Amino acid sequence: MDDAPTKPAQSFRIETASGTSRIAASIAILIVLVLALLPVFAGRTLIQDFIFLFYMVALAQCWNLLAGYAGLISVGQQAFVGLGGYLLFALMLIGGLNPLLAIPLAGAISALFALPTALIVFRLSGAYFAIGTWVVAEVYRLVFAQVKPLGGGTGTSLTPSATSSVPGLEWVKALLDVRTPAARDIISYWVALALVVATLAAVYFILRSRRGLALGAIRDQESAASGLGVDIYRIKLAVYVATAAMTGMIGALIYLQKARISPDAAFSVLDWTAYVIFIVVIGGIGTMEGPVIGAIIFYLMQRYLADFGAWYLILLGTLGILIMLFAPRGLWGLILNWRDVTIFPIRRRLAIRAVDEKRA
Amino acid sequence: MAGWIEAVIQGVLLGGLYALFAAGLSLMFGVMRLVNLAHGDLIVLAAFAILIVATKLGLDPFVAVLVAMPILFAVGFALQHVLLNRTLGRDLLPPLLVTFGLSIIIQNGLLQTFSADSQRLRSGVIETASIPLGGGIAVGVVPLLTLLSAITVIVLLNFIFYRTPIGRAFRATSDDLEVAQLMGVDHRRIFAAAMGLAFVVIAIAALYLGLRANFDPTIGPARLLYAFEAVIIGGLGSFWGTLAGGIVLGLAQTIGARIDPEWQILAGHLAFLAVLVVRPRGLFPRAQD
Amino acid sequence: MPLLETRNLAAFYGDFQALYGIDTTLEKGETIAIIGANGAGKSTFLKSIAGLIHGAADSVLLDGVPIGARPAAEIVKLGIALVPEGRRLFPSLTVEENLLIGRYGRKAPGPWTLARVQALFPILRERRSSATPTLSGGQQQMVAIGRALMSNPRILLCDEISLGLAPIIIADIYAALPQIKAEGTSVVLVEQDIVQAMKVADRVYCFQEGRLSLTGHPRDLTRDQIHRAYFGT
Repeated sequence: MDDAPTKPAQSFRIETASGTSRIAASIAILIVLVLALLPVFAGRTLIQDFIFLFYMVALAQCWNLLAGYAGLISVGQQAFVGLGGYLLFALMLIGGLNPLLAIPLAGAISALFALPTALIVFRLSGAYFAIGTWVVAEVYRLVFAQVKPLGGGTGTSLTPSATSSVPGLEWVKALLDVRTPAARDIISYWVALALVVATLAAVYFILRSRRGLALGAIRDQESAASGLGVDIYRIKLAVYVATAAMTGMIGALIYLQKARISPDAAFSVLDWTAYVIFIVVIGGIGTMEGPVIGAIIFYLMQRYLADFGAWYLILLGTLGILIMLFAPRGLWGLILNWRDVTIFPIRRRLAIRAVDEKRA
Repeated sequence: MAGWIEAVIQGVLLGGLYALFAAGLSLMFGVMRLVNLAHGDLIVLAAFAILIVATKLGLDPFVAVLVAMPILFAVGFALQHVLLNRTLGRDLLPPLLVTFGLSIIIQNGLLQTFSADSQRLRSGVIETASIPLGGGIAVGVVPLLTLLSAITVIVLLNFIFYRTPIGRAFRATSDDLEVAQLMGVDHRRIFAAAMGLAFVVIAIAALYLGLRANFDPTIGPARLLYAFEAVIIGGLGSFWGTLAGGIVLGLAQTIGARIDPEWQILAGHLAFLAVLVVRPRGLFPRAQD
Repeated sequence: MPLLETRNLAAFYGDFQALYGIDTTLEKGETIAIIGANGAGKSTFLKSIAGLIHGAADSVLLDGVPIGARPAAEIVKLGIALVPEGRRLFPSLTVEENLLIGRYGRKAPGPWTLARVQALFPILRERRSSATPTLSGGQQQMVAIGRALMSNPRILLCDEISLGLAPIIIADIYAALPQIKAEGTSVVLVEQDIVQAMKVADRVYCFQEGRLSLTGHPRDLTRDQIHRAYFGT
């Protein structure tokens, strides 16, 4: 009797990591260590530049999560940057809290504000949703301009007692032999580094989770995802609130470092939306690597070209349009076209392996 | 009491201006599903264009706008044909981001060319003329003309859309682009024509913007928000709805200003959000869409 | 020379190939039927001719002139009109406006005026100011056919005009076909209803998974042949 040939047993696993990403993970840890030690040998200007870079990367990751993954194109995220900033000032000046407590608290309260905001704004969709978020940001701006205890329309500054309440100030001054303002910047730097790492980690874990798989489906084909039982509304709501919390914390950090806030600055469309969108678009929307690249490029442009004022902005606008028309997946997209490489391993692959029969 | 009546009248007249702002936006969305984030800046650009024509040719703004209209039609036609047609498709992001980039370019281009100084369109006596209504209340001639122009524009737009072959083409293209092509409609030219028409409406809106108040390169985004709010309050798909939406917004603003002048703009935004919560489809939406 | 000819016509949706090397001809005044299972490529075939899908220029020839790469708006001007699958009337237009827009691209002289089309399907005059979504499926199909006729096409392409309709309504619609043919219009019918198609067609092509599996005159084809060509072996 012939034995029919048996197919070897197979095992199926979902894998996300790849060779490149494992190497990239080790390099990333190294980079974070180096960055943490930067204040030891870097001057104050460089520290401040890096703070700017960190929070722009963080803001860009948040906007990208909203627009590139959840399909929620917002031109109103400045609402939460400003809200976070004002909450920080309120918590520190009126509540007497130290900033390391105030920042996460500002994030949590921002999330609370985001909930009713979302319920209203989610009644719109697509491009109308975008403008709706802008209107909401304007409402926040106009309301805060009426809050006299926080400076009203002209804004206010952190008092010296508030700025010196930053924990660890004396320790840093002694350790690195710097004066108070520089020490404050260094602590802001570490907070910013922690925030950007936390934001990257949060976005990464969201996208790796089952919700993340759902997000990919929503981005690609919303009606099909809905048909498969993905609860689109709740996922979008969760993403909106989560990014509001992160954006609020980033806003709190930004204004801790600036130490001065006003409604027009805190809720500025240019600083907190236009620049952020530019970063994501030039870097590559819908990827985690894109915003990082975009932020570095933007930082360089800001550093060397910002003096050109109106011409600089015209250049940014033109570049953004050209990229959108001719390289819509941004610079990272162009790199991906050339070589399929991943640094943040979030795409899932089905790995099928034959299982050795003896072990089966 | 007279103060409140005055606020209502001013609100309705202000609504005429907002309806003019909104009509162009409504037209663009109605035909090609384009939400143009540069809309407010285009109104400001048109105001500067009218200013140039008026000062260089020594014309009254009312005449200058007639000269500017065909130029602006051509600009709109070209803008759509060359740039914006490339962005339209299934993806939402390109038109949004391209028009956002355009907004920044226009604002800063105007800043570079004209500086941040406030400007005004001058038309002589008519600027301050008013018609007394009795009881100490008077209505400004310019605001009244604004409202009448808004109504005229909407009547004309409705005529074009519902009683002409090109209007049928506009509606058909908006319904089903593919089948409209089967009818021989070249959608690229139809979109360009619609944009040209929208630019003519923008020119009229710019005239009254410049006559009623000072303008400078940075006020564009705020006008976009008002236009958008008027369209949403009124309901998508109806030009008369847009007029109603503009008037509701104008009323909200003037009544809010009556309570506290600093609350004018905020009152408008809050009224918009309230309508969004209570009647998300607007006050007078069309049957479908 | 045939009025319409396809040579080695291929069609793609992205990377997916829906048609492989289709060779067909249509003589002036003929009615040909295209039959085949769902997904066989019949609609794709009509869309390729109508210009909604672009291919190689010489894969579609009208009077010997290559039109395979021309866009739809140009094709209708040349005298080819498509009645699309699923009717696809314009909801923002009334019945009469739907008919009138049929003349937008091609204002050729010919027998099909608004009045004549309304005479062909009287319901079109009765309900001329109605919004099209309020019409029944059969009535909508009549509007769709009338709309295509308004351009006085030399070739009428009909994509599954019997889809979703009751047999009695289908008979009503097919009763109009002789009048259309009498005016000299050549017709290409894509049909799932094989019986109806075979009754009116001079020739039949059968598609199977993007390829031609059978062609011939209805009276020369046996049930077995058709069955095999339709479903494959």
